[in-house]
Amino acid sequence: MQWLWENRDLVFGLSLEHVRLSVIPIIGGFIACIPLGWLANRFRMTRAIQLTIFGILFTIPSLALFVTLPSVLGTKILNPINVVVALTIYAIAIMVRGAADAFASVPRDVIESANAVGFSSASRFWTVEFPLAGPVLLANLRVVSVTTVSLLSVGALVGNGALGYLFINGYQRDFPTEIMIGIVFTLVIAVVFDQILVLIGRILMPWARRPRRSPRALMVRGAA
Amino acid sequence: MIEFHGVSKRFADGTLAVDDFSLLIPSRKTTVLVGSSGCGKTTLLRMINRMVDPTSGYVDIDGDGIAAMPPVSLRRSIGYVMQNSGLLPHRKVIDNVATVPLLTGVPKKEAHARALELLDTVGLDRSLADRYPSQLSGGQQQRVGVARGLAVNPNILLMDEPFGAVDPIVRADLQHELIRLQRDLDKTVVFVTHDIDEAFLLGDQVVILQVGAHIEQQGAPSDILANPANEFVADFVGSARGKRRLMVDETADSRGDDLVLIDGAGYPAGVVDAPGGVLPGAGSSPKSRSISNKTDQAGDA
Repeated sequence: MQWLWENRDLVFGLSLEHVRLSVIPIIGGFIACIPLGWLANRFRMTRAIQLTIFGILFTIPSLALFVTLPSVLGTKILNPINVVVALTIYAIAIMVRGAADAFASVPRDVIESANAVGFSSASRFWTVEFPLAGPVLLANLRVVSVTTVSLLSVGALVGNGALGYLFINGYQRDFPTEIMIGIVFTLVIAVVFDQILVLIGRILMPWARRPRRSPRALMVRGAA
Repeated sequence: MIEFHGVSKRFADGTLAVDDFSLLIPSRKTTVLVGSSGCGKTTLLRMINRMVDPTSGYVDIDGDGIAAMPPVSLRRSIGYVMQNSGLLPHRKVIDNVATVPLLTGVPKKEAHARALELLDTVGLDRSLADRYPSQLSGGQQQRVGVARGLAVNPNILLMDEPFGAVDPIVRADLQHELIRLQRDLDKTVVFVTHDIDEAFLLGDQVVILQVGAHIEQQGAPSDILANPANEFVADFVGSARGKRRLMVDETADSRGDDLVLIDGAGYPAGVVDAPGGVLPGAGSSPKSRSISNKTDQAGDA
């Protein structure tokens, strides 16, 4: 505790850095997965291809990706963009299957009925399919969020791990308190992100959370 | 008036769902397409709003070929009610009813005001307007579906087995509500069902279909009941005949001049004046003693 107080500026700064570096991949991965998931769900072929490609991408060890990305991107090894890009790739790899499943989870008869009453395909996608895929998308996004926050620490090995620095530093100095502080703060960030996502879901998807009330209590006109 | 001219539909997998089908659907009447599942009746219905385009032949609405009309605007001008209501689960009842007006750019306030009126029209309490579809009973959802179909005040209302998924009591209720609505609104209704009782109850014109949408018989319910065109129709109609036939109640005390008639379920349906206890014109064959008509169907349901 005393160590934490004495190094509060360092820990606070690293936490901010951690938030900053993990928010971009989470949002970026989510946005990229909307068209990818739609494509995968729309055409059988693209689904197979996408799932294979991103399946392979996900098997690349994170450290190897951190190290090789600078030469691919032409960036300096210490540039935080490397870590951000790598984590975005992982976010997409984790999420693309879930996004495909999310669009597949939209009930067939709802889509049919939207067609029948005259939705154009664009308005049907944005106002029917996308919101109805929301609950499954959100579930996947929560996994991505937690994974990204924890995976970011590995970036410390290439100089951009935010709170991961505490792990390496604590290990080198044989100082468990510092490692513990790192773990606790990483956990707190992961939990806070998760709760924010849940809250956003509740606000944007009120229909998904309302409990089914007994139809009997709502009856008007006798049998109806 | 909707006209099918020699329409066929072969799906990508090779099945011929509709084979050279022609039919005139008169305006402001209810036409019921009835047949067992897989006979192509839903495909026919979907050709009217271009959810399905015919492989050959063409469909006209009031003399204009619909093949030239953009599907999206055509669909917005035609009411569509489907089984399981097809409501959008993430929208409140009021927004579901107002779906099409909102799509076509009617201001929200105006669309909502109209949607509330439509809830009255279909017999739903306005307090349900802010609920989500999953919070409604099956019958209520179907009513919302009907209200949505009526939202743009279309001339044509397509109904694809709309009451197929609700229990019999609610179904009877909805059927009579539809008859009442149709009396007030005077739409051209095309109704698809596999239930012959429902077809006879609702239809001004009933079209009995076989596989490939072959018309076995078409006409007013009373004509079909009185003169089935062939054995298939007789059989199809007859599957419910037990319910439709009236017979003399042999157990009732019939020493007087009146005979009590009972229906298939054994309930008294009426009394006939029969001097001497003999049914007028009654021969020995049981067929001539059975009386079929539509009115007692209405009474049943």
